[in-house]
Amino acid sequence: MKKPVIEFINFGFKYRSQAKPTLTNINFTVYEGEKVLIVGPSGSGKSTIGHCINGLIPHSYKGDITGQLKIIGMDTSTEPISAISKKVGTVLQDPDGQFIGLSVAEDLAFSMENDCLPQAEMISKVKEAAEIVGMSDHLGYSLHSLSGGQKQRVALGGVMVDEVNILLFDEPLANLDPATGKHAVELIDQLNRERNKTVIIIEHRLEDVLFRNVDRIIVVNDGEIVSDLSPAELLATDVLERVSVREPLYIRALKYAGCKITPEMRPERIDSLNINGCKEKLLHWLEEVESLNPLTSSKPILQLENIAFSYPGGNKILNNLSFSIAEGEMVSIVGKNGAGKSTLTKLICGFERPSSGRIIIEGQDAAKDTIKDRALKVGLVMQNPNHMISKHLIYDEVALGLTIRGVAETEIRKRVDETLKICGLLPYRKWPISALSFGQKKRVTIASILVLQPRILILDEPTAGQDFRHYTEIMDFLQQLNKLGVTIILITHDMHLMLEYTPRAIVIESGEKIADDLSVNVLADKAVIDRANLKETSLFELAALAEVRDAKKFIQRFIAHDKVVGRKWQ
Amino acid sequence: MAVEMLSYLDRKSLIHNLTGVTKLLCFIMWSFASMLTYDTRILFFLLIGSILVFIISKIKIADVAFVLVFILIFLFINNLAIYIFSPQEGVKIYKTQHVLFTITGSYNITIEQLFYQLNITLKYLTVIPAALLFMVTTHPSEFASSLNRIGVSYSIAFAVALALRYIPDVQRDYRTIALAQQARGLDMSRKEKLPKRFKNAVLIIFPLVLSSLDRIETISNAMDLRGFGKNKKRTWYSARPFRRNDYLALLLIGMVFVLSITVTFYDGNRFYNPFL
Repeated sequence: MKKPVIEFINFGFKYRSQAKPTLTNINFTVYEGEKVLIVGPSGSGKSTIGHCINGLIPHSYKGDITGQLKIIGMDTSTEPISAISKKVGTVLQDPDGQFIGLSVAEDLAFSMENDCLPQAEMISKVKEAAEIVGMSDHLGYSLHSLSGGQKQRVALGGVMVDEVNILLFDEPLANLDPATGKHAVELIDQLNRERNKTVIIIEHRLEDVLFRNVDRIIVVNDGEIVSDLSPAELLATDVLERVSVREPLYIRALKYAGCKITPEMRPERIDSLNINGCKEKLLHWLEEVESLNPLTSSKPILQLENIAFSYPGGNKILNNLSFSIAEGEMVSIVGKNGAGKSTLTKLICGFERPSSGRIIIEGQDAAKDTIKDRALKVGLVMQNPNHMISKHLIYDEVALGLTIRGVAETEIRKRVDETLKICGLLPYRKWPISALSFGQKKRVTIASILVLQPRILILDEPTAGQDFRHYTEIMDFLQQLNKLGVTIILITHDMHLMLEYTPRAIVIESGEKIADDLSVNVLADKAVIDRANLKETSLFELAALAEVRDAKKFIQRFIAHDKVVGRKWQ
Repeated sequence: MAVEMLSYLDRKSLIHNLTGVTKLLCFIMWSFASMLTYDTRILFFLLIGSILVFIISKIKIADVAFVLVFILIFLFINNLAIYIFSPQEGVKIYKTQHVLFTITGSYNITIEQLFYQLNITLKYLTVIPAALLFMVTTHPSEFASSLNRIGVSYSIAFAVALALRYIPDVQRDYRTIALAQQARGLDMSRKEKLPKRFKNAVLIIFPLVLSSLDRIETISNAMDLRGFGKNKKRTWYSARPFRRNDYLALLLIGMVFVLSITVTFYDGNRFYNPFL
């Protein structure tokens, strides 16, 4: 008989500040050594389930609990959070925010310090934990100097020192580049197998987690559990579509082709997938779909010529970088963290000046622009909308850029209303921004830049941390803008986004351009993928399985089809 | 890139090697010594001491320039205010009056007043380098453990350390936000007039406060989840044992403290009076 470690019994929870319960009628049991994935759209209550498991509910977030939750026999509503945290180790989503110590070793030791362990014992245990997560060589490092993946390893190590039974990961992949995300999934899998830890992963990037075996997937929607099945069984249903969680791409391609997914096909992973029964259908589908139009070149709007950049006394961050973007294009700039993408953005926006080389915007050398002048040509939308919003009301926020410039009141009203209309925010113009969802806030920040009527819009990770519904909403909106003639540059880690929405991609690595091609071609180039920490899409593997000769064509057709069909079930 | 102000600077020096407790105690004694005395001779002596320690620490003026300028401006305003509110303080204290020239009414310039304000300025100048040094040579977590060791409750000690630790983070946020606002045309450069620049800075503070609140929620969750505050006591990974230099430093500063207090109060008056 397997030992139950997490038992939700008719469980419900209502936050004190909210009128309606966030969770109702939750019933499920997780057994020792299991690996369970919890998925669901934003606001479904999946993070709240996580807070319940690690004891933040009801100890830090107050509210009303109905029913019961037992962690290894303990009732979480009566047991103190410190006792629960000895059993459940939590790795939070934000890799920076959760660190308490300044150096790796110190952060690993934090929970032992609270247990009053003597220094000598801490030092040996820190060494042990660092070894488990592969950070032994970095004990003295400052946490800020680490990469995203390393930070996550440290966070994991910090809970491993407690010899917890359950590891809880809250969106572990959200801030990692694709290749690093893959390593994270591998590490989690290893801890699950070799140390028999029970693992709970809350994540909406389903395909990336399924890269390694998962025992069960629990789907949450509107505070209730919609399904609790093995991955193979789940993928054979239409549950994921209904709650708008993104299915693995190869599953979607198969469904487009009219194939019926059954658990016997072992659809949970592309390398276990058996498509013998539907090769015909795939090949047939391939012929039916129109292919994408190739790029049409028109006049360049942004040209970079031999750009180099370094901070005074520092290393070269960008080196001999040249590319040209045509008017009306939608382009991705991709590469690992620290490759020079954000510096490049700063140069294009005029925050920094290149050490050498020229930036030409609309045919004119932009060297003499002030930041203020440049903002009229190039708009930048940052990743975190909270970093941009400085007014209380939507209207004021969008008007800010014009007010600063001393534009006449009537002109401001006209332009703000126009912009709000384009962004679908006109009905909310008098609303306080704090009442908006993340996706809506993002729109407000985009609107506040658009109102200045820049010809080029740069967005840094526009969809980071968003579920599929919001993702599609934001990206479709950007595509509409693009059709209105705004040139759009996306800085992103998201391979799906790049493939689906931007025909062309520029890959930066160590401050140099290593590829500038159709997105499909970039993802077909093994060398580029490896150097830039990108990830091949499963569609290539599906194409290989189906013995399709031209894999790139296969992918282009998928995207074209997805654009037409994929939106309808939203 | 702007320098990060007042955050820990990792250098190898005699001062860095002292434990946090030693530095804290020395800093407290040093401040008391210079705050209690108005004896110009002692203040000069302390000032030279301060500068020497600063040199030993391998911290450069450039590392703390921004804060230093800020404090000096404040010091200047302070001096001006003292003169405006109490132009005869020096005469009252030193009981003589050597008028250099008169501005209007009681607002004349006396050597006594100048001497008195020189003493005030010296006091600041002896404490400032010590305070800056303490901030930039003490690792925040070591600082927390030192506070705890001299009897401050560890949650308060930790709160102080966390605040120090977040100085660089908040500065980084500030810069990100400043860039975002500049992208909308907010001019923060010297081309804009000062009042306008100040107003523009306010537009950056709002998002900064919001993002800091987010940060606080995350960190307090993270601390709860790792058992912070469950026991009356806690141990410190980065605690360091006292070494010979710590005892020497404490002894030395202790002697300076006792000596300066003795000299100051020897004749029953905190002021050294060259006019009598």
